Amino acid sequence: MKLKELHAAMQGIQPFASPNVNLEQYPTGADIASRMLFTVDSIYNEFQGRTVLDLGCGTGMLSIGAALLGSPHCLGLDIDLDAIETAQANVEAFEDLPVDFVRCDVSALRQQGRLQADTVIMNPPFGTRRKGADLDFLRAAFQVSCGAVYSLHKSSTRAHIKRIADKELHAASSEVLAQLRFDLPASYAFHKDKVRDIEVDLWRFEVS
Amino acid sequence: MKLLTHNMLSCHIKGVKNGYPFKIDPVKIEEMDADYDPDFLRHIYPRLEWPALREAAQVMGEPNLPEEVTESMLQNDEEFLRHFHHALLELILEEGALVCPETGRRFPVHKGVPNLLLHEDEV
Repeated sequence: MKLKELHAAMQGIQPFASPNVNLEQYPTGADIASRMLFTVDSIYNEFQGRTVLDLGCGTGMLSIGAALLGSPHCLGLDIDLDAIETAQANVEAFEDLPVDFVRCDVSALRQQGRLQADTVIMNPPFGTRRKGADLDFLRAAFQVSCGAVYSLHKSSTRAHIKRIADKELHAASSEVLAQLRFDLPASYAFHKDKVRDIEVDLWRFEVS
Repeated sequence: MKLLTHNMLSCHIKGVKNGYPFKIDPVKIEEMDADYDPDFLRHIYPRLEWPALREAAQVMGEPNLPEEVTESMLQNDEEFLRHFHHALLELILEEGALVCPETGRRFPVHKGVPNLLLHEDEV
């Protein structure tokens, strides 16, 4: 599938109806999501024939994209009922897409010893509202992945993320594949500007 | 929820030792068409808990999974692979519950989505 086709297919995916600020529910736009997934697919081919877990799946953008790129089983996890209901409706807008959702707390996955997938993709909270939320997601991702983890993090945290991945989580490899500009529409009242650009890294980690 | 998803979930209430596998209490079962890919079935098989899949499939209306799976069945038993594919990826629990085998705690499944969030006193 070409980037243009993927982007077009993902255009119709609905964002959060009423984003929850404490969960940092910033939508992953079709633009950034299709670029992210297309990069993963074209360079590493880690969707075709592989199972996928999407941690903090929100409205299902990344799960749906991974399924469109050939994953036979994508599982999205999120704590928020509104997000999951929107995600489920988004999946149903396509025909027979192999995407499941489970409502659960990503920071409590330690007891889910059988949960695993070939590839983990995620756009985790950046940890600006609740400190360390980004790292909780990264730890959970390393626990459930059998292969690679793809994740978005603020570029300002690059050195810290690298240290955690290499020293604490013993990643076999960790690299920034691309730097993306995240156009956050003014989703919340405390955002003064109409659109805020932030710099975000697309990371690829290999779990050892 | 597909049975591949079911195969990966456990009851994680604090103190529970045998929270796997969830028993399925089906109210509404649906089916979907998934692309048949025997290579994927061979890829995923070693990671499955086969007895859990077999039992779940029986409850969901696919009684044809054998107790034992041999390498030659995985390689070239087309009939077996079709049943395996159907059970794993095409049966959907749309409404019902997942029941913890140890405590009997029911986790509702609504519109295909299990809710595994715990109550405060279960964490």
